[in-house]
Amino acid sequence: MSKIKWLVPTLYIIFLMLPIYWLLNMSFKTTTEIINVYSLWPKDFTLENYVTIFTDSTWYMGYVNSITYTVFNTIISVSAALPAAYAFSRYKFLGDKHLFFWLLTNRMAPPAVFALPFFQFYSSVNLFDTHIAIALSHCLFNIPLAVWILEGFMSAVPKELDETAYVDGYSFGRFFFKIFIPTIAAGIGITMFFCFMFSWVELLLAKTLTATIAKPIAAIMTRTSSTSGYELGLLAAAGSLTIIPGAVVIYFVRNYIAKGFAMGRV
Amino acid sequence: MNKTLNQKAWFFVIPVFVLVAFNAAVPLMTVVNYSFQETFGSNVFAWEGTRWFKEILHSERFHASLGRQVIFTFIILLIQLPLGIGIALTMPKKGWGVPVCLILMSMPLLIPWNVVGAMWNIFALPDIGFLGNSLNSIGFDYNFTQQSGDAWFTTILMDVWHWTSLVVLLSYAGLNSIQPAYYQAAEIDGASRWDIFRYIELPKMKKVLTLAILLRFMDSFMIYTEPFVLTGGGPGNATNFLSLDLVKMALGQFDLGPAAAMSLIYFLIVLLICWIFYTIMMKDEGRA
Repeated sequence: MSKIKWLVPTLYIIFLMLPIYWLLNMSFKTTTEIINVYSLWPKDFTLENYVTIFTDSTWYMGYVNSITYTVFNTIISVSAALPAAYAFSRYKFLGDKHLFFWLLTNRMAPPAVFALPFFQFYSSVNLFDTHIAIALSHCLFNIPLAVWILEGFMSAVPKELDETAYVDGYSFGRFFFKIFIPTIAAGIGITMFFCFMFSWVELLLAKTLTATIAKPIAAIMTRTSSTSGYELGLLAAAGSLTIIPGAVVIYFVRNYIAKGFAMGRV
Repeated sequence: MNKTLNQKAWFFVIPVFVLVAFNAAVPLMTVVNYSFQETFGSNVFAWEGTRWFKEILHSERFHASLGRQVIFTFIILLIQLPLGIGIALTMPKKGWGVPVCLILMSMPLLIPWNVVGAMWNIFALPDIGFLGNSLNSIGFDYNFTQQSGDAWFTTILMDVWHWTSLVVLLSYAGLNSIQPAYYQAAEIDGASRWDIFRYIELPKMKKVLTLAILLRFMDSFMIYTEPFVLTGGGPGNATNFLSLDLVKMALGQFDLGPAAAMSLIYFLIVLLICWIFYTIMMKDEGRA
């Protein structure tokens, strides 16, 4: 039993890696080779696709835009969710349960529903085609999730911690920043991971709310494929590069995922 | 935990409330507004009452896409939950295998959704894709752009590839929270592997599985970008799920009224199912 146990995760990982390998494989081929020759590895190895992306500002600015609004969104979501999650985990107040479920309902609204009204709304407040517009619109689904996850972690911290600190003469602010936040650091790490993830991968709203200045990389890819025919090699290279920011984030939170998760609701 | 009554706690919630309401209230009201009216272009509107709602609820097109959506979500949950739990159970608990597994398994989750669609499109093409080419060379007549069965198979396989890891991560976290003492006690009692799973591991994973089911239900029910890029809803209407149909109606045909009515019905369906599920799970928690 234990000897074949490693087989399941291994097979699963191979299954996960196959499409990613295929994408990488194609990113090192020329478009002609992709269309004409079926091969498991590049016969005519080329870095040209990557060179194009790193030298053409319409391409690489897409990455800068995507990272910018994702980071904005993660910061806004987590800093707004921290006090709210604390309130939900520690206090009873008028309408608390309803408010908590109302927050979750926003996670349940299909983005396709909101695409058009969002476009009109953000245009009317003059935020159309800005990074902050995407960062704010992604709050719709990231804040509810952040509150939910953080509330779980905070509820796992005994209330005695708060009370002892007040007895020791800590003000609320000092207690919150000096004691409480370090205590739930793992939870904050996990929350940031989820916020980053959902903001980075979302396309529909990001594409709807931008034209040129703040256009995300994923939207630039769709545009290029339709205007200049199928530049498959270039697309594959651009796609491969979108995996990197996520991989970096996972690397930083890997220990939190293994240990930190266990503390809270998640 | 016994909470103290404190109305001032509202001040802590205000930032979240404002940010979410800013995003939710105005667009939602816009949708509600459209759903009762007819547009004639150039901002001319006429009151239509509940006509669109009646039409949508009776339209075969809506029934068809809703049906496809329900079947898709059902199959997805049926595959991903057992598979995810199974993989989490067999994952290494310590050593170098842990970070390797976690990092590699999380990768599909962090790829932008249209890249996921594009990459599966390329991967599954019968001539130049690894999956399509391999299936054809071992004798299957596989072509997801032509045959609806193959399109379904590819869409489901893509979603399993994309999201099973979320269930794995959450289950793994739940399993990690079980104290070794539980396993020792089970061993002394001579519990079988199945008993351990049924009476120790499964109850301990309840909270994380609730989250996993809710997230997977919501996201698969709202799936848009991946099938849009992979199949575009085709061949024909074979994989035309609710969101795809909605966007086609709203942006393609510019039928704002019916599209808005459909949005609201759609939203209410998701809301109702989540509310029922959430209430059941929370009631259990109160008792425990």
